[in-house]
Amino acid sequence: MTDDRSTAHAATSGAPAGPGDHRSGADDAPLLEIRGLSKSFPGVRALDGVDFRLHAGEVHALLGENGAGKSTLIKVLTGVHARDGGEIRLGGVPIDAADTADAQRLGIGTVYQEVNLLPNLSVADNLYLGREPTRFGLRSARRTAAMARELLAGYGLSIDVTANLGDYSVAVQQIVAIARAVDLSGKVLVLDEPTASLDAGEVQTLFGIVRRLTARGIGVVFVTHFLDQVFALCDRATVLRNGRLVGERRIAELGRLELVTMMLGRELEAAQLHRRRGEGPKGEAFLAFEGFGRHAYVNPFDLEIRPSEVTGVAGLLGSGRTETAKLLFGIKEADAGSATADGAPLRLASPRAAVAAGFAFCPEDRKTEGIVGDLSVRENIMLALQARRGWLNPLSRGESKALADRFIKALDIRTPDAEKPIRLLSGGNQQKALLARWLATEPRFLILDEPTRGIDVGAHAEIIRLIERLCDEGLALLVISSEIDEIVAYSDRVLVLRDRAHVGMIEGADVTVDRIVGAIAAEGPATAAGVPA
Amino acid sequence: MTARNLPLIATLVVFIVAYALCAMQFPAMLSLRVVANLLTDNAYLGVAAVGMTFVIISGGIDLSVGSVIAFTGVFLAVVIRAGIDPITAFVLVLIITTLFGAVMGAMIHYLETPPFIVTLAGMFFARGACFLLTTDSIPIDHPTWDFITSLNYRLPGGGRLTLVAMIMLVVFLAGILVAHFTRFGTYVYGMGGNRQSAELMGVPVARTTVAIYALSSGLAGVAGIVFALYTSAGYSLAATGVELDTIAAVVIGGTLLTGGVGTIAGTFVGVLIQGLIQTYIIFDGTLSSWWTKIVIGGLLFAFILLQRGLVHVAARRRAAARMAAA
Ligand SMILES: Nc1ncnc2c1ncn2[C@@H]1O[C@H](COP(=O)(O)OP(=O)(O)OP(=O)(O)O)[C@@H](O)[C@H]1O
Ligand SMILES: [Mg+2]
Repeated sequence: MTDDRSTAHAATSGAPAGPGDHRSGADDAPLLEIRGLSKSFPGVRALDGVDFRLHAGEVHALLGENGAGKSTLIKVLTGVHARDGGEIRLGGVPIDAADTADAQRLGIGTVYQEVNLLPNLSVADNLYLGREPTRFGLRSARRTAAMARELLAGYGLSIDVTANLGDYSVAVQQIVAIARAVDLSGKVLVLDEPTASLDAGEVQTLFGIVRRLTARGIGVVFVTHFLDQVFALCDRATVLRNGRLVGERRIAELGRLELVTMMLGRELEAAQLHRRRGEGPKGEAFLAFEGFGRHAYVNPFDLEIRPSEVTGVAGLLGSGRTETAKLLFGIKEADAGSATADGAPLRLASPRAAVAAGFAFCPEDRKTEGIVGDLSVRENIMLALQARRGWLNPLSRGESKALADRFIKALDIRTPDAEKPIRLLSGGNQQKALLARWLATEPRFLILDEPTRGIDVGAHAEIIRLIERLCDEGLALLVISSEIDEIVAYSDRVLVLRDRAHVGMIEGADVTVDRIVGAIAAEGPATAAGVPA
Repeated sequence: MTARNLPLIATLVVFIVAYALCAMQFPAMLSLRVVANLLTDNAYLGVAAVGMTFVIISGGIDLSVGSVIAFTGVFLAVVIRAGIDPITAFVLVLIITTLFGAVMGAMIHYLETPPFIVTLAGMFFARGACFLLTTDSIPIDHPTWDFITSLNYRLPGGGRLTLVAMIMLVVFLAGILVAHFTRFGTYVYGMGGNRQSAELMGVPVARTTVAIYALSSGLAGVAGIVFALYTSAGYSLAATGVELDTIAAVVIGGTLLTGGVGTIAGTFVGVLIQGLIQTYIIFDGTLSSWWTKIVIGGLLFAFILLQRGLVHVAARRRAAARMAAA
């Protein structure tokens, strides 16, 4: 996430149509026109007189901080929420989708931010739910499967479509969700942070598909926090802040700094996305893993963890990054090697043991595993700390309130108050609350898996400030990320993984994007996210 | 594919093993006559369990089933005594019970009330309605009725496949068809998998919820007719606790109480297992019939453990397979 536009463009080279290729001007009658849209929830004015225009054949970025109202706009458009006021026209005709099925019939296909489809149904059933081919009124499983296979082939995915969706990785599930929405979108395709769990190659496949759709005259609404992707794919951008329209711009006429300023309402210097290094107590390693590994999971590796040090973990999707984290945190028990803490042997047979040893792990799949939707923001933040203290030793309400408020402030979690059920927060703010949950346990060793996914640029900078502060206090961090420039921005050293093996450790001045990409791709075809091949 | 069918296979294996053990002790249990009786004796349970399977797969529960069965019997007895033709009475009672379920479904959806509460209220309501109609046990006596109950298919070896057993088999076949080969069936599974996702994907959640509970109560009505044909009487206190027997059959049949996973065929085997235990107790002659409850309780525990184990093993094998493929 450095201020480097050339990086973004390089990633798209070789693609059929470049970002500067405007297929429609602002003067044509828009395909979708939203005027004065308003929507309030108890205590929040999520949308306040927002205008939005989408032209046929364009990719239109919908941007804004966490909680700005992007997802709400999409949900009002597609009939999930009823609007309080305003007008929506599709192809000049006023529309008012009563529910999502209605929106689908109107030709609006959507990938929602939180949707995970239905893990207990087959891939094919997920793709064609509600519109399966029938014979004599009965579903034809064979034809559904054949259609599903053909559809997914267009995404370079050849999987068993009769297996349950839940058997596949989050990335595959995401592609299935996208494929479904694309297939449903006769006129408009809406993608709410679709790339949050995709790797670089999959993102490129998605971009290719989006460009094919726009060539057919379909308008695409694209919500993301990856600004590189905005510049690589989108023609125009509409920015929201606190439920209000900030403005609409052509991407070609927009600089990155200006865009960030529009989103945040203040300037953010590139330097703020970098970590200031090294005032914390440097010291001896307090954790050591030797020959640590698990058969058919992660090859044995050696690793030492020192206080105040940030170890970045880089590698392609499936290279064993998350697996390494799960092994270190005891979610999977190692069957080889040993671990020592402060010189004493440490048995990491379960997450409980890891927590007892002062470890904390903020997992990647926060959307589905992390939050407890009906509990309040405060309770969600306190959960891990309370579990560690034991249920017989509860925090007093005052203490927990003060602690929650501190994290809400430190991470800028946008919520009217700490007692709001967390499911009512925007996606990015839920993630910040989860990060707070683990920080509240005051660990010695914190593992973060993709900590900035779905978090806006402003909050991103704040998380880097937080990492700085934690390191000054002596915390050791292991951070997994697909964004190489992000890893470079905060890591003291970078562990590189390939094919489930640790293949290198890059340290000190060598920690650069080029070196890391080189190490990842030492053999085999590989491009890392946002980085020229 | 196989992983999905594991609970069903496990249920089948338990049934076959249990049946083999019974047959070893009492070879007479192998006869077609015993099998036919088993089907007849459990027909009402099976019919109600089909509806319950849909409800549980959708992530809900229906506690009103037993009361609706009793209501159906009492209603039939009362109106037939009053001179209404049995066929007309059947149609009437099915309309009433189906509407009753639809109202419960609408309350669950529109008032956002948990199914447990709504159907618990429905259970008291239907039972109360029985007592309003009559507090006596009323025998059913009508020429058409006698004709219907006499219908059966002679099996080789002296057994008879009664009409009620045939009704149950037809309901099971229809249930399998609806669950796996119609859109409604997919919606039911989808809602059990994740209600919010299903709604965002365009599943008509309101309509489907109403239909699920209407189906369950409607089938409870059919089960009530079957029960009335079986006993030729209507009695307000009949079929108490049958909702729990059906839930047990559904769970033993491999359907998860958390919703989203299960099969109608599994429920059929679940019903057979319950019937088998009763048959064994009758054959033994010395055991109290309460042993049925104890064995079913034990089986429920065993099944829940078995399912957990199987799901765990399957997940591990799958992970290993994925790893090998990667
Ligand atoms: N169902 C709801 N009930 C109450 N408040 C809600 C609900 N949905 C959203 N909100 C509130 O509306 C505001 C806008 O949320 P929205 O989800 O649209 O943000 P967003 O721009 O999509 O953010 P993110 O980038 O984090 O996904 C937030 O303050 C959120 O708490
Ligand atoms: Mg959102």
